Amino acid sequence: MVESEEIRIGVYVCHCGLNIASVVDINKVIEEVSKVPNVVVAKEYQFMCSQPGQNMIIEDIKQRHLNRVVVAACSPRMHEPTFQKAVEEGGLNPYLFEMANIREHCSWVHEKEKDAATDKAIKLVNAAIAKARLLKPLNVEKVKVIPKALVIGGGIAGIRASLDIANAGFQVHLVETRPSIGGNMARLDKTFPTLDCSQCILTPLMVEVSRHPNIILRTYTDVVDISGSVGNFKVKLLKKPRYVDATKCTGCGVCVTKCPWTAPSEFELGLGKRKAIYFEFPQAVPLIPVIDPEHCMYFQKGTCRACERFCPTKAIDFNQKPEEVELEVGVIILATGYSLYDVAKTMPEYGYRKYKDVITGLELERLVSASGPTKGHIVRPSDGKEPKKVAIILCVGSRDEKHLRYCCRFGCVAGIKHAYYIVSYIPDAEVYICYRDIRTFGKGYEEFYERIRNYENVKFIRGSPMEILQDADGSLYFDVFDANTNRVVTLRPDLVVLETGVVPHTTFKELAKLLKCSIGPDGFALELHPKLRPTETSVDGVFLAGAVQGPKDIPDTVAQAGAAASSAIALMSKGYVETVPYVASINEDLCSGCGICQPLCAFDAISLVKKEDGKQVASVDISKCKGCGVCAAACPSGAAQQLGFSDDQILAMVRALTR
Amino acid sequence: MVENFEPNIVVFACNWCSYAGIDLAGTSRVQYPHNLKVIRVMCSGRINPVYILEALANGADGVLVTGCHPGDCHYISGNYKTRKRMLLLDKLLEQFGIEKGRVRLEWISAPEGERFANIAKEFVEQIKKLGPNRIAEKLKEEVEVV
Repeated sequence: MVESEEIRIGVYVCHCGLNIASVVDINKVIEEVSKVPNVVVAKEYQFMCSQPGQNMIIEDIKQRHLNRVVVAACSPRMHEPTFQKAVEEGGLNPYLFEMANIREHCSWVHEKEKDAATDKAIKLVNAAIAKARLLKPLNVEKVKVIPKALVIGGGIAGIRASLDIANAGFQVHLVETRPSIGGNMARLDKTFPTLDCSQCILTPLMVEVSRHPNIILRTYTDVVDISGSVGNFKVKLLKKPRYVDATKCTGCGVCVTKCPWTAPSEFELGLGKRKAIYFEFPQAVPLIPVIDPEHCMYFQKGTCRACERFCPTKAIDFNQKPEEVELEVGVIILATGYSLYDVAKTMPEYGYRKYKDVITGLELERLVSASGPTKGHIVRPSDGKEPKKVAIILCVGSRDEKHLRYCCRFGCVAGIKHAYYIVSYIPDAEVYICYRDIRTFGKGYEEFYERIRNYENVKFIRGSPMEILQDADGSLYFDVFDANTNRVVTLRPDLVVLETGVVPHTTFKELAKLLKCSIGPDGFALELHPKLRPTETSVDGVFLAGAVQGPKDIPDTVAQAGAAASSAIALMSKGYVETVPYVASINEDLCSGCGICQPLCAFDAISLVKKEDGKQVASVDISKCKGCGVCAAACPSGAAQQLGFSDDQILAMVRALTR
Repeated sequence: MVENFEPNIVVFACNWCSYAGIDLAGTSRVQYPHNLKVIRVMCSGRINPVYILEALANGADGVLVTGCHPGDCHYISGNYKTRKRMLLLDKLLEQFGIEKGRVRLEWISAPEGERFANIAKEFVEQIKKLGPNRIAEKLKEEVEVV
């Protein structure tokens, strides 16, 4: 449309049956708006939203050469899209349309004040006309979505999300920083409340991932850079060298057996040892070992090479280098999970790492596991003896103003499960659970709690230990005030199990920075809406699965992973995303490049760029802009404007209402 | 109090929470004074304080700014920016000689139709007590003197 073209506005006032007409004097409104400059058509109709009503607009656009349309009727939240469609059918840009809300905001709320309501309706229509005069055509752009997904994190959340997406027919790159997928769930022996074996339900899924034709598994790989936006993310990965040629390795494990060098096992949380060439755990997927150069004699001193000598397929390759991989994907799922709160550093009163017999719940899982460092025997790390008295302490670091304010959401039931482990493996053991509140919200959790509570040798003490101390003979003891009996109890346990709080995984913060997605006050990823959009982030096309969003148990993690996958699938199967019409726009002649707008944008849509002539200006990435207008409200020179809600348009409405 | 004074009040409402809440007052037929007229923006964070000054300079007797409750902003944090701007604007209005209470910020969520109606009633009463906004006249006089 040419700027200098004469503005020809058509105004349509709806009766909405009697909803508007019984209060507002429609004829008077028509009479008044007819006098307004640029209004060439002013009509009323019983139901503007009906087909005849819409046809009226379409015909008038064509015959009376209207180039702006105003409908005074119900709320734009109700019928704006209906009329925009009609305007488009008439041959105009759909955004050359404005609505005056004279039903919800007028006739329905001023039922007994007909004259005042009529005057107000006239004012509201005038304001809409004032804005309509200044409307400009807007565009909605379609951005293509690459039908490939990147899933970051190979725990149960990432595994479930990857399988769901892959089963829907889309390609998935599943990236895991460790040598094997499986995550924290692979460390568990049993899962509450059903006590089914964790490996038995997890490993089939791990194998399915490795065999799925649509999943490209990228273990021992880090994400180093992400750019772009929804539909077109460019991702840079760094594949760490395993020093084992994955194409030749059969996973026979001879190298591991022959390797004479050992180091503490990361998977066993330091409770057990592994070789310098190792599988992360026996059921690792992929079943390809890794050489840890820090403990390998060849890397340290240039000798040994036992693995290389004994490998039947010549798969050992000491010359492997880190490898950069570049990917283009349409959507990203963050599934980085959690790490345990570092209680050794932050809560010295519990003596974790100071006393060998103070362990975490996750470490107990390893002691119970048949494939763990003690082959499933619960023993004290200090002397290898069976503990007869075990204290389990809940909420270590959780729900504590000095530490983590939030609940870890699985510590209570995990602690109860750990009591079950102890008494079922060591029937004559006594277990004391020190708790503040028992929270058993999940399905079947309360019933599980009740079952364990009835065990004679499991006692519940309502209180947290003050400090864990050690006697001269090396035994541990602590005082705890039991709020149920109002008494201080002194316990002398053989083993103390801490159900520690959880924090976002150590890799998450850096990833959030790369993605520029928001982090909540607790350090976890901030969802777009806490209730209605729990899997979405502030960055379009980036979804959340599992504990990356906040502490979660396995059922909740799996449910959210499915939800994240379905959001990702929806985007990819549609194939494109539409940009918001009401995006910010920068008038480069007015922009001084001050940069005030940039940090205000919650969506990282604004960047400062240097133009050819060296001038710095703000630039808006419309695929990221959500159309809030925060930047425009802050721009000191008026260079930033929100299309469809520009300063001149809003000020014209203000003037029309205050005339 | 000025006899028969019917204040003219401009309301700014964000599309997602407050406009929906004001719509709900209508759908539920909760009656409130006709003095308020709503301008819709996508986010309360779009409201440039200049709009409020312009409304007052043009003779609006009151301005009501509404947005999503803290934590509920459709655009994550637009309403926090609104709150900061309104705090600054308050100070500025005082210097301009505009009475405290002519400009108000309220968080209105989508189900709070009745609450909006109550705020509307109360705000109209408050503005009636303050009387007509004289700043427009004063501005005119000043312009004539110049």
